Amino acid sequence: MALTDQDRIFTNLYGQYDWRLSAAQRRGHWDGTKGFIEKGRDWIIEEVKNSGLRGRGGAGFPTGLKWSFMPKQPGDRPHYLVVNADESEPGTCKDRDILRHDPHTLVEGCLIAGVAMGAHAGYIYVRGEYYNEHLVLQAAIDEAYAAGFLGRNACGSGWDFDLYVHRGAGAYICGEETALIESLEGKKGMPRLKPPFPAAVGLYGCPSTVNNVETIAVVPTILRRGAAWFAGFGRPKNSGTKIFCIQGHVNKPCNVEEEMSIPLRELIERHAGGVRGGWDNLLAVIPGGSSTPMLPKAICDDVLMDFDALREHRTGLGTAGVIVMDKSTDLIKAIARLSAFYKHESCGQCTPCREGMGWVKRMMDRMVEGRAEIAEIDVLEQVTRQIEGHTICALADGGVWPVQGLIRHFRPMMEDRIAAYKAARGGSAALPLAAE
Amino acid sequence: MAKVTVDGIEVEVPNGASVLQACEAAGKEIPRFCYHERLSVAGNCRMCLVEVEKAPKPVASCAFPVNEGMKVFTDSEVVRRARRGVMEFLLINHPLDCPICDQGGECDLQDQAMGYGLDQSRYLEEKRAVKDKYMGPLVKTVMTRCIQCTRCVRFATEVAGVPELGATNRGENMEIGTYVEKALTTELSGNLIDICPVGALTSRPYAFVSRPWELRKTDSIDVLDATGTNIRIDARGGEVLRFLPRTNEAVNEEWMADRGRFAFDGLKRRRLDRPWIRRDGKLVPASWREAFETIAGKLGGLSGAEIGAVVGPLADAESTIALRDLMAAFGSTNLECRTDGAEIDPTRRDFYTFNTGIAGIDQADALLIIGSNPRTEAPVLNARIRKRAVAGGFPVGLIGPQGVDLTYAVQWLGAAGDTLRALATGTHPFAATLKAAKRPMLILGRGALVRPDGAAVLAAAWRIAVDCNMLQPDWHGFNVLHQFGGQVAPLDLGFTGGLSAGLKALWLLGAEPKQLPLDAFVIFQGHHGEAAAQRADVILPGAAYTEKDALWTNTEGRIQEGRLAVYPPGEAREDWKIIRAASEMMGKRLPYDSLEAVRARLVEANPIFGSAGFAAHGCSDLSGPMGDPAAVEDAPFVLPIANYWLADPISRASETMAECATVYGGQRALAAE
Repeated sequence: MALTDQDRIFTNLYGQYDWRLSAAQRRGHWDGTKGFIEKGRDWIIEEVKNSGLRGRGGAGFPTGLKWSFMPKQPGDRPHYLVVNADESEPGTCKDRDILRHDPHTLVEGCLIAGVAMGAHAGYIYVRGEYYNEHLVLQAAIDEAYAAGFLGRNACGSGWDFDLYVHRGAGAYICGEETALIESLEGKKGMPRLKPPFPAAVGLYGCPSTVNNVETIAVVPTILRRGAAWFAGFGRPKNSGTKIFCIQGHVNKPCNVEEEMSIPLRELIERHAGGVRGGWDNLLAVIPGGSSTPMLPKAICDDVLMDFDALREHRTGLGTAGVIVMDKSTDLIKAIARLSAFYKHESCGQCTPCREGMGWVKRMMDRMVEGRAEIAEIDVLEQVTRQIEGHTICALADGGVWPVQGLIRHFRPMMEDRIAAYKAARGGSAALPLAAE
Repeated sequence: MAKVTVDGIEVEVPNGASVLQACEAAGKEIPRFCYHERLSVAGNCRMCLVEVEKAPKPVASCAFPVNEGMKVFTDSEVVRRARRGVMEFLLINHPLDCPICDQGGECDLQDQAMGYGLDQSRYLEEKRAVKDKYMGPLVKTVMTRCIQCTRCVRFATEVAGVPELGATNRGENMEIGTYVEKALTTELSGNLIDICPVGALTSRPYAFVSRPWELRKTDSIDVLDATGTNIRIDARGGEVLRFLPRTNEAVNEEWMADRGRFAFDGLKRRRLDRPWIRRDGKLVPASWREAFETIAGKLGGLSGAEIGAVVGPLADAESTIALRDLMAAFGSTNLECRTDGAEIDPTRRDFYTFNTGIAGIDQADALLIIGSNPRTEAPVLNARIRKRAVAGGFPVGLIGPQGVDLTYAVQWLGAAGDTLRALATGTHPFAATLKAAKRPMLILGRGALVRPDGAAVLAAAWRIAVDCNMLQPDWHGFNVLHQFGGQVAPLDLGFTGGLSAGLKALWLLGAEPKQLPLDAFVIFQGHHGEAAAQRADVILPGAAYTEKDALWTNTEGRIQEGRLAVYPPGEAREDWKIIRAASEMMGKRLPYDSLEAVRARLVEANPIFGSAGFAAHGCSDLSGPMGDPAAVEDAPFVLPIANYWLADPISRASETMAECATVYGGQRALAAE
């Protein structure tokens, strides 16, 4: 059973309507916002907790719980809301459509989230490449100010709330929450050590919470329609609706808001027109953006798209960027390209990521050709294990998981490639060393 | 306090301590590269990973705070694997050029690779190479060796207060540098060499000179500024090859100023290494016997009132007391050490020492600096002030030239004596700031006393100390900052009598008086001769501070022992022995033949020499020095050190310092103006 249009939160995801305030209000946004604010902080957090909303940025941390980490009573330091719109994960473009087609969902969500965490100021950190999107977002914010929905006494609720847009400079790492905070402060985007967590020491040393665009944008609708409505979608602990980005070898790549826990096959066939050349032509799917390990077709046949089901298969929902690869794909080359991406985007702070990503990338480049020894597949696997979990942030983890996924599911393909390379050179070609 | 179990050993550490500190408390060694006790925590090398019970992955022990009841494992399989992994990553792009690396033998990376690394490489790709950077005449860079620990960045930013280093680019292209290449404008750059855990930053003057295991190490004291930095002199054969700081929390922590560290090549150049006597208007080489006979012949016919002695700023306590005893044998009271003309009142020791103590700066909560630039006069002490300043709640006022960059925020109060008078009378608003503080202090530069109204300046400073509550029974906030390590001991030993007119003979112990009596017979004893040596009638070659066992008194009045690292060159001898030998030739034999006997005599002359170190003290006697605080003239204060790199005779003979003076010349001139 697919999600009906009545249950969609993002009613203008495809931009067929006007994104401006009057049109957004006609679609139901900014309705009763004052009332939600007046019901108070605890009520909002409780509703969000009851809705089962988990962070939409990749890690899937329960949102209500995260908000409750903010100090109950503001001390001498202000609280800040920070919205992560630095959407840079390859395979993911959901926030982009929210920003350019439905920005008022985000702006309204910021106000409500600000109330829920006692913040009078919010910062939206927009990916540098999203130039046009940031213009739309800024225009939406200006409209909201003009209508009295933001600023002093926002929506007439008595709550003061200011919202600012900041553009990044195009670094993937600035999507990591503490690197984003550093970047917002004007420093080099390098993740901070945790603890202390941002809820205690965040932006400008003040309590802050960083949330993904989609997480914030769904909150007003959750409050309007009730936590039970949202919790009614998907399996327990994986509730709600979610924007999936389906791309790759499908007939009609698209972004679509769907119910959580929808089977992957149904998602692809219903919304993306199916795999190019039919389901049987499927080779593998990266289910949650480039940093999640791929799944071979056998698993794709019946896997559900939610946090826990994908975790059972040692991958993750991530940002729900579904990358479909049919049998024409050179999987090794695809993953090598991702390794190059993560090598390029490593901030260079931690030793394992700084040094290891380049090593992985270079080994993967050789694996593409087959210019390696079979034993080196094990070395590659061990190197990814040496990187994983040994760094400050999760970029390194996300950078090696695709390689681990490749080895886990397609090791024979890599071995064949190596054997073919040797065979083409007379069967016993010695490995040419780079250092020679 | 939190109870933490490390490998089954239960230890108690303060709340907020790091896991690494807990491990150290339990006696466990945790390898580390980026972590340094005196710098902020970066947590980026990942070498110190340990396993914590219930943590999903290994944690960086340097950055992770302890919890009550935490269980830490430092030698589990997880930890060993993590360390091996990090070590392998550090080495894949490291050039492994240890045989030609100056860090070899004292390299953290080398040591820890032995302890925690693998014995072979699995890395078949090409290694990264990084272009070397220019960081000035003192620090040599081989940036391919850099492991990006960012200790140097943090040192420059946090301790030295010159945020000139940083990391450019990201990922494996990350490079440490100044972005626009330039010499680091700090007087503490040598410490970068010490804190660099690998061979990326090494000493330029020491490049390819020696291996650490060839060196003979001698603990001593730096005297080229008055901080009294504890040093280790590394020598091979008869040659000093480098200086390193030793840790002394109360004095220099573990830092050292560049002039003290790098000026030592001046000890090998332009030395007085044999006696000379003036014959027919020309200095000619002579033997010790000839020199002594000439002196005896000249001094024999003179009365005590016609003979004088002057002690210079680099003289040790032993030779000073020997010279005083020799003068006493002649009946002379013409003793002086204030060759710069500083109007120091020697009647009480706290009128001329740094009474707060260098460590005491940590407890102060307001500071007034008068006529001094501690950054050039005592860089390590200045770093201590900076440490206190960045901790916050520490207003600093400065009377002196405008625009001096002390590396911390300073309120410039005025350039001249009128501002000092206003503070002394309490009419200046900063006086209220000082009065509001609980433990205020002032630093009076010795240079501020070198002016005709110096006594009035001293009295005015004391007046401020009294009025602003700096003198308490358990707090002494009045401080004089000297410039050299030999300036306090002669004050303790009474070289303050002044020289009477009409002297017929003058004995200069490394001293360069501004003017010498035209017809006097001048004996110059020292290691580097400048103007006074050229004027001298007899030159006696003495030992520099690395070449003798001697006591040195720093600006605090702290007495510390320096030790002989190498023997003096040529025929030069230890200074007290020269005086002792001369006394015998003149028939006024001094009653000591050994260092112990000289030191016993020192204690007899001033019991302070019997107590090593520095005792924190308060002040209960508020009566001030001579001089009228109201008599301070309007003249601006002039800083005594115009060029940091050439401030003493040893530095002026040093090629390294000459290069520094050239490189930093423009900048220094600006800063000192």
